[in-house]
Order: sequence, then structure tokens, then C-alpha cells
Amino acid sequence: MKVTPVRRLLPYMSRYRREFLLGFACLVISPALFAVVPRVLQFAIDDLSRGVTRAKLAEYSGLLLLIAAVGGYFRYQMRRIIISASRGFEYDLRNDFFAHLERLPLAYFQANRTGDLMSRATNDLSAVRMMVGPAVMYLANTVVTAVVSLSLMFALDPRLTLIALIPLPLVSIAVRLFGTAIHKTFEQVQERLAAMSAVVQESLTGVRVVRAYGQESAEIERFRASNEDYLSHNRRLTRLQGAFFPTMSMLLGVSALLALWLGSRRVVSGRITVGQFVAFNAYLAQLAWPMIAFGWVTNLMERGMASWKRMLEVMDTEPSVKDEPGALSPEPLALSLAPLTQSPTRGAIEFRDLTFAFGEQVVLSHVSFAIPAGETLAIVGGTGSGKTTLVNLLPRLHNPPRGTVFIDGRDVRDIPLAELRAAIGFVPQEPFLFSDTLADNIAFGVPALKVRRPLAISAAAEIAQLDKDVADFPNGYDTMVGERGITLSGGQKQRAAIARAVVIDPRILVLDDALSAVDTYTEEEILARLRGVMRERTSIIISHRISTVRDADQIIVLDNGRLVEHGKHQELIVRGGVYAELYKKQLLEEELAAS
Amino acid sequence: MSFHEEEVLGKAYDARLMRRLLGYLRPYRLWVAVALLALMADALLQLTPPYLVGIAIDRYISVKDLNGLRGIAALYLAVLVGAFSLEYAQTYMMQMMGQRIMFDMRMQIYRHLQRLDLAFYDRNPVGRLMTRVTTDVDVINDLFTSGVVAAFGDMFMLAGIMGRLLWMDWRLALITFSVLPLIVGVAQWFRRNVRDSYRKVRTWIARINAFLNEHINGMPTVQLFRREAFNFARFDDINARHRDANVDQIFYYAVFYPAIEFVSAIASALIIWYGGGFVLRGSLTLGSLVAFLLYSGRFFRPISDMSEKFNTLQAAMASSERIFQLLDTPVAIQSPNLEPRALSLEPRVPGREPRAPGHIVFDDVSFAYAAEPVLRNVSFDVRPGERVGIVGATGAGKSTLISLLLRFYDVTGGRILIDGIDSRRMDLRELRSLFGLVLQDVHLFSGTIAGNIRLGNEAIDDARVLQAARAVHADQFIEKLPGGYGAPVAERGATLSVGQKQLLSFARALAFDPRVLILDEATSSVDTETELLIRDALRVLMAGRTTLAIAHRLSTIQDMDKILVFHKGKLREAGSHQELLGLRGIYYKLFQLQYKAANSPVGANR
Repeated sequence: MKVTPVRRLLPYMSRYRREFLLGFACLVISPALFAVVPRVLQFAIDDLSRGVTRAKLAEYSGLLLLIAAVGGYFRYQMRRIIISASRGFEYDLRNDFFAHLERLPLAYFQANRTGDLMSRATNDLSAVRMMVGPAVMYLANTVVTAVVSLSLMFALDPRLTLIALIPLPLVSIAVRLFGTAIHKTFEQVQERLAAMSAVVQESLTGVRVVRAYGQESAEIERFRASNEDYLSHNRRLTRLQGAFFPTMSMLLGVSALLALWLGSRRVVSGRITVGQFVAFNAYLAQLAWPMIAFGWVTNLMERGMASWKRMLEVMDTEPSVKDEPGALSPEPLALSLAPLTQSPTRGAIEFRDLTFAFGEQVVLSHVSFAIPAGETLAIVGGTGSGKTTLVNLLPRLHNPPRGTVFIDGRDVRDIPLAELRAAIGFVPQEPFLFSDTLADNIAFGVPALKVRRPLAISAAAEIAQLDKDVADFPNGYDTMVGERGITLSGGQKQRAAIARAVVIDPRILVLDDALSAVDTYTEEEILARLRGVMRERTSIIISHRISTVRDADQIIVLDNGRLVEHGKHQELIVRGGVYAELYKKQLLEEELAAS
Repeated sequence: MSFHEEEVLGKAYDARLMRRLLGYLRPYRLWVAVALLALMADALLQLTPPYLVGIAIDRYISVKDLNGLRGIAALYLAVLVGAFSLEYAQTYMMQMMGQRIMFDMRMQIYRHLQRLDLAFYDRNPVGRLMTRVTTDVDVINDLFTSGVVAAFGDMFMLAGIMGRLLWMDWRLALITFSVLPLIVGVAQWFRRNVRDSYRKVRTWIARINAFLNEHINGMPTVQLFRREAFNFARFDDINARHRDANVDQIFYYAVFYPAIEFVSAIASALIIWYGGGFVLRGSLTLGSLVAFLLYSGRFFRPISDMSEKFNTLQAAMASSERIFQLLDTPVAIQSPNLEPRALSLEPRVPGREPRAPGHIVFDDVSFAYAAEPVLRNVSFDVRPGERVGIVGATGAGKSTLISLLLRFYDVTGGRILIDGIDSRRMDLRELRSLFGLVLQDVHLFSGTIAGNIRLGNEAIDDARVLQAARAVHADQFIEKLPGGYGAPVAERGATLSVGQKQLLSFARALAFDPRVLILDEATSSVDTETELLIRDALRVLMAGRTTLAIAHRLSTIQDMDKILVFHKGKLREAGSHQELLGLRGIYYKLFQLQYKAANSPVGANR
């Protein structure tokens, strides 16, 4: 039996049990106090029609002020406590949402758009908070005010109450109906807006075609049609929204009219006093807002639940890559404060008849090779040949099938993720840098280094040949790299990513075409320095350049997910296959570049 | 997208921006006038109920006149109905006007976007421009829908109430007004503090958005480097600050409403104390006192509303500033004889106009992009009917040639002559209508297949669409689609294969029957069958037309009249295939490279 979404909210709310209880206590007190006000008016007016001392008037005035002060204080506390709690609730939920995202694998982020996930973490979360905070608060307020005011009105004059109240439920019903209709129309309007955005996007991305074919005016007409469509749907919305408040005032006005008409008759017939008549009207006015709020609250609740379900969709996704039940030496995700120099990993890697598919699409088939600890393997192959997928399986960015990928003879599926990834220094094809300082980006895997061993950072930068660039930066290692590292050149980004991988002192180093944006001369330098670092490490290098891969202990050539050639540089040249062709071609290219 | 930038808030009220915004009201002057009249009449009607209650008490209840009461009730009902109609008419008109203005504004922005040059598009990501057309305009619309305009209207009511109170009893009115400074003080305090705390909240939410955006995109890196716990701690920090900023803001709201109520209670207390005294002395009727009490309740609403709507006003100002900035961006490239013609709605009828021969001359053309030289002193000419191939490595400046020819950018040195006229002195539409552009990355629009062939040109009828498709062999796959030529094309042509898209773009170019064909040959590989279709289609397309083809595969241009070889921004070699091979220069090496690559499945992308 599945737990209902509402139930799933309770753990989050129960953390603020105290606040909610206290807030609701305040919430009960203030309407009860304000309910006294019409009574005060009643007595004041009745006394006035009889003639009283001014001292009595002062008493009434003072009482009004006192009620406003005390009632206002509780109202202040109510809002402060409940809404603050809802912000706390929002904070907890957002943290949990983010923590869950951190556990989801690469494939999830490839399948779901960033914008969609973000909108769940912001817009949807906000709707859920509105439900838990303001909506619940106004709902409780409505109930309490209605109960208190109604009982006092009944005490004044039951018959008059019943008649005057006839339109009030209609207010809530109208709010509800309007709310639903407005919501539906609003969704249609949003669809039109999305359609219009699509027209704009399409036209602006295709600006070259539009201009070349002189289609500016046709595009303007297309946009006009979409804009008009949006306008006409908005007109419906406007009609609904425009009718909403007047209808409210009308219904409330009818209620007031009934009170005036019947109430005054009852004053005339002596059943109630003028003061009671005024008090009755005042109660009626006090009920107006809670009735409007009630309909509004139900809409908030509905939206909040829809958003909550959308958030749960993400939070209920089981991460497909995680520590397996049988994983050895399970270790919680720890803040890695020290580089794992004592890593037990030696770094022997084996791929054993690996076949890997994304759904139906087979990306790698029957790939087998082994790298003894400390040796270097190079991978060559065209776009889409499966090189990147192959290396992504090693740190389990995707899960390889059991029994296919081994490190030191252990199935990677049996190694805890933290331990596995600590052993691998990974330089991806398109390095992702974060908008932080250069030092923070290099020390990404071991944040503590920045304080403890800043020299390690510059040493890593030196290996990656980034040190000379850094010397030219205005703030050296403290230079901000900008969102996604946009202030750096492609080559600088790649070299920063190499430094980032080297600094964690990994047993295994993976370079996924990590030098493509670096010129050949710098590449030689980096490789020379890396060689020193790589001596004790197992390395996998993906590259298009023969110069990068020629010195590897073994080279494999992938084509369409299959391993087609395997051997040392000389062996492959002699064989005269794909690799040899590539080699000849690159010799020519070099010649061309020199001309 | 641009989370940072969009969150920045400027001044809440800027007279210059406001004047310009009000300019958009001009076409709707009549509407504005009627809506304002309705607003005022409505405000007056809203004033009557307390007055009627007062009269009921004084004139009828006290003397037990039931007939009079009936009259009052009838009047009350009439007021309700009248107020309902006026309020509805007024809000409807206001909001519709808002919608119309948004429509106008969107059209204006979009028209301007259609005129801005390509360099502008290089500087501004499409996402940002979309925000201008959609979100920013909607934010301004909030002025109409969220009641800022209505709140201005409430000011009429305020004035009306004040007048009414003065007329009923000026002494008690002045006493009631004495709380006004207090309420203004509270509102000021609230506004100032909420503005600051609102800014803080916006800043933190922008930080949350930026952090999420960055870390969702970079999540694999985070996981590879086991940064989950560390980043969680950072997120937690931002998240907590956002919460705290919100909690600070709640304080002001939590104080504001009770404070307003308290001031209102002071007014009631004053009315009872002084007004009660007047009643006792007989200088005020009981009914008037009740009316005073009822009025004082409505007195404060406009002021507190205004304070609350402040953020909307501020956001609208920020959005309008961004929109005006876009609208004020000058159009760098336009026809010399200026606007209206360049965008005249007259569709060009292909093949029915006297045709320029289309003699193209590049005369010492240089082009630098952002101070980076791309082309240097390039001179060549293309005679009418000639077929010219352009080759060179990536970054040699081949695509730039096309952009300059179509005047997507203007040359920074030298000139381009079309039939002896500097292209900068030609009408843009006329210039571009000479060319048929076939880009390697085919851009399709959502709509139908036929729509993608004729684009928006109504002069190209169905017969012509059919003919063009048939000529380039696109008809074979089109007729197999459900719906044929009317088959829907999904966003960006997602359902079509690369080869099919290519054939469609050929049909498009052929339907427009250009004088000069410009081909940017596709690099992506297609299956052999499609490849053969494409080659044949190309032959049809080039027949009898001046052709400029950027080739990535040399095989396609071997039989061209002339081949231009570009290298690092310079024209290095020119001549026929055989001549160039004989030179044993760059072309020769490129040719060898291609020849080798053709036998190697690996190097295809290098």
C-alpha cells in the first residue's frame, strides 16, 4: 500500500509541530478578541441613544484601543510564527530535494532537462509552501472567525443571522468556481504563451534563414497570429477575473442589504436595539474576508498538492547507481578532508566481455582488455564509437553490467562509490568548471587542501601547465573563473580540469580527449610532466592525436562500439589498419598547418 | 538562463520610464477616459452604503418609518447593481487595455528584433531575447492585472471619503484625519523596510537558482570528485540565508497589518470619544456617527494597498527598462533608402521579375570580428552562371564570406560589388532575394512540409512547391508521410532524417528560384541511397545558376569552373581542379588528406 502524498508531508511538518501549535493558539486568540469590538460599538451606541457620561465613552474608546493592541499583538505573533515555520519547512524540503538530486546518476540528468528540475525546486516548492503556510493559516483563521462571529450573531438575533447569511456560502462557492475556471483558463493562456515563445525561439534561432529568404514580414505575421491567439485567450481570462471582485462585492452587498432591511425592521419593532443592529452589521463585515479567503485557500491547496506530487516524482526516483547491498567497506559520503594517499587500490583494470546498451541502443559490444597496474592504455576511435561511454563506466557514472568491469580483480559494482571514485582522477571531454576561484576549482575534490596545503594546488597546476597562465591572471589562483569557466579559454579550462584530477593523487587517471583544445607544443609539455605523475598510476587516455597516444603501453581502436585493433603503436602501424591510416592523415595535416 | 540579470531591481519609480510607458496608452485614449470615468463613478457609488445606513438610522429607524426604510433598501440595491456594473466595466476595460498594450509592445519588440543585425544575435543569447518578448512584457502587464492601477483608483475613493466626512461634520472629520500622519508613517516604514528585505530575498533566491542551475548541470563532476557532502553544506548555507531573509521580511508584514488596524482603531476610538461627545451635546446625529465609523474602516485600505503593490511597480520598472534598452538598440545594417521598403509586405514573386545578372566582385575585402581579423584583403569575382567552389580548413573564413555577401555583417575594409553596385548601397531585400542559401544545419520551422518549402512567401503556390520538391527528389519521402505536403513538421524537424531535411532545404531554395545559389555543404554523413539523391538534386539545383559552394568534401566541387582556396583568412590559391593540383600547394595537400580520409572510417570527424 502506497503512502498518500499528504502523509508524506507530515514528517516535514512535524519538525515544526511546536511552532504550528503556538501559531494556532495565537490564531484562536485574536479573532476571539476582535469579536468583542462590535459588542463595544453596540454598547457605545445604545448608551449614546440613552445619554451617558463622557467617562463611559472614554472607557469604550480605551477598550477599543486595548483590543486592537492585544489582538494585533497575537495576530502579529500568528503570522510571524506560522509563516516563519513554513519558511523553515521550505528550507528543509529544498535541502532534501537537492540532496536527492546529488544521488541521482548521469543518465537521469541526461533524460531530464535542467529547467524542469529547477522549476520543481523553486516554483513547485513555493506552491507547496503556500499550501503549508499561508493556506493553512487562512483556513484556520476562517474557521475560527466564522465560528466565533456566527455564534455571537446567533446570540444577538438567530433569525436575522440565518437570513443575512444566505449569500455567504455563495461567496465561497463563487470563489471556488471562479478559481477553478480561472485556473483552467490560465493554463490555456500559459499554453498559448508557450506556443508564442516557441514561435519566437524558432524564428530567432533561424535568423539567418529568415533574413536570407527575406521572410521578416512573414515571420512578423506569424508572430502576430500567435500574439493574437494569446490575446484572445487572455480576453477570456480577463472576463473571468474582471467579474470576480465585482461579484464578491455584490454578494457581500446583498448580505449587507438583507441585514439592513430586516435588521432595521427588527429595530423598529423593538426586537433589537440600534446598537445591536450596528454590531450585527459589523460582524457581517468581519465575515466577508474569511469567506473570500476560504475559496482562495482551496485553490492554493489544489495547486500545492499538484506541485507536491511533481516534487515527489523526483524524490521517489531511486538512484540507479548507488552502493550495492554487498558493497565492501561501506563508508558514508564523507567530507573528503585529506587526499586518500593510503588508498588501498593498486589500479589494475579489466574489462571482461563488456556489452553495454542505453535501453535498446547497444553502445559497446564484447569489449575485453586488461591494464596492469601502473600502465597506460590509449583509446582511439571516431565520434560515436563508444570511447566516452567506456571510460564513464569505470567510475560508474553509468552502471556496467555485473561481472564486466574490474579494478584489482574486484567488480566495480561491489566497490563503494566513495572509495571507487576516490581512486580515479577523471578529466572529462568538456570539463565543467564552477563559478568559483581557480584554486577552489583545482581543489574541487579535496576542498581542505586550499587551506592546508596550498602548494599542492600550484604543484598540480604546474603539471597541467597552467602555472604560467595563472601568473598572468590579476588575482592568481584567487581569480574567479566565471559561470562554467567562461572567463577561461578552452585550453585553460582543460588544463584546470587536469590539475583538478591530478591534485587528488588518484591511483587511476582518465583523460577523455582532455587535450583537444591545447596546442601541440603545450600538449607535449603536459604529457611529459604527466608521465612523471603517471609512472605509478594506471592511465587511460582518449585522444584523436597520434602524438598523444603513441607512447602508451597499449592502444585500442574502437569502431561502432567494437574493439577493432589492439596493440602497441609500432605493431598497429605495421598492421596497416585504421590506426595506420589515421597516422598518415595526421602527418599530412601537420604539413598543411606548417604551410 | 539569465537568472542573475533578471533579478536585479532598479528604482521603483522612474519618471522617464513612466512617461514612456504612458505613451503606450495614447492609442487607447478613449478607453482610458471611459475607464477612468467608470472608476470615479464606481468610487462614488462605493461611498453611498455607509451614508444610507446613517440615513436609515437617523430618519427612519428612529421614527419607525417602515416605508422610508423600503425606499432606502431599494436605493441600496440599486447602488449594489450600479457598483457591480461599473466595477466590472472598469476592471474589464483596464485589463483589456493592458492586454492590448502588451500586444502592441510585443509586436514592437518583435519587429525590432527582425531588423537587428546578426552581430546583435551573436551578443545576445536567444533565451534572453525570448524573456524580453514574453516574461518582461507580462511583468508590465501585472500593473494592470494585479491592481496597481486599481489602487490608484482607490485614491479617488480616499478623496471622496474625505470630502464626504468633511461635509457631514468637519470637526469630527478633522479629528479623524489626525491619524493620517500616523498611517503614512507606518506605510513609509513598511515600504522602506520591505523594499530592502525584498531585495535581499531576491538576491538569495537568485543565488539558489544559480547554484541549482550550475550544480544540476555539473552534477557528474560533483559526483566524480565526491563533492556531494561539501556542496550540500554550501547549498544549505545559501538556502538558510534565503530562509532568514524571508523570516526578516515576514516581520515587516506581520507588524504592518496589525499596525494599520491599530491606527484604524485609534480613529474609531477618537470618533467614539469626540463624536460621542457631539452626539450627547446634540450637534451630531447617531446615524452620522455610525456612518463615520463605517467610513473610517474603508479609509485605510487604499493606503495599505498602495504599499503592498509596491514590489509589482518596482518589478515593472525594471522590466520596462530592459525592454526600452532593447528597443533603443540601433539597427546597424539596413537598406540605404531606409525602412518601410525593407519590410514591405509585398511578397516577391519568384521568377517573374526582371533579373539582375548577378555579377559578384569581392574587392579587397577585409573583415574583423571583435577586433579579431577573419578575412584579409580578399579579392575575387564570380561571373554570372559561373560555378565556384570554396575550400579551406576550419577557421579559414569560408562561412564569413557568405555572411558578408548576404550582408549579415558589413565588411570592415574593401567592398563587395553586385553588378557594379556596392552591396551596402542596395536595398537589403533586393540584395538578399538574389541569393538562395542552403546551410549545412537545416533550420526547419514548425508547420507543414509545404510551409517549410515556401516559408512565408504566399506567391509560391502549391504547384510550385510540388514542382520544386519533385525536381530535387524530395517528393519521394514527402508522399510517404501521413498527410504528404500537409504533414506537420515537429519542432526543429525532429521527426525527419538529416538527409530528408537536406532535400527539403534544396526544395526551398529551388522554389525561391534565386539568381545565385549559395551552398554550405553538409558534413554529416547520410546513407548511400540518400547521398545519391542529394548529388542528383544538387545538379538540378545548380543548373543555369551562379553557384558558390563551400565544400567539405572535395569530390563535390572537382568539376566546378573555379575553386578558391582559403587559408587563415587569406585567399591563397584559385583555379580549376587540375590547375590547383598542378600547383602542388595547399589544395593538393587538402585533396590528399581527403582522399586518405575517405578510406578511413575513423578520421571522418577530424
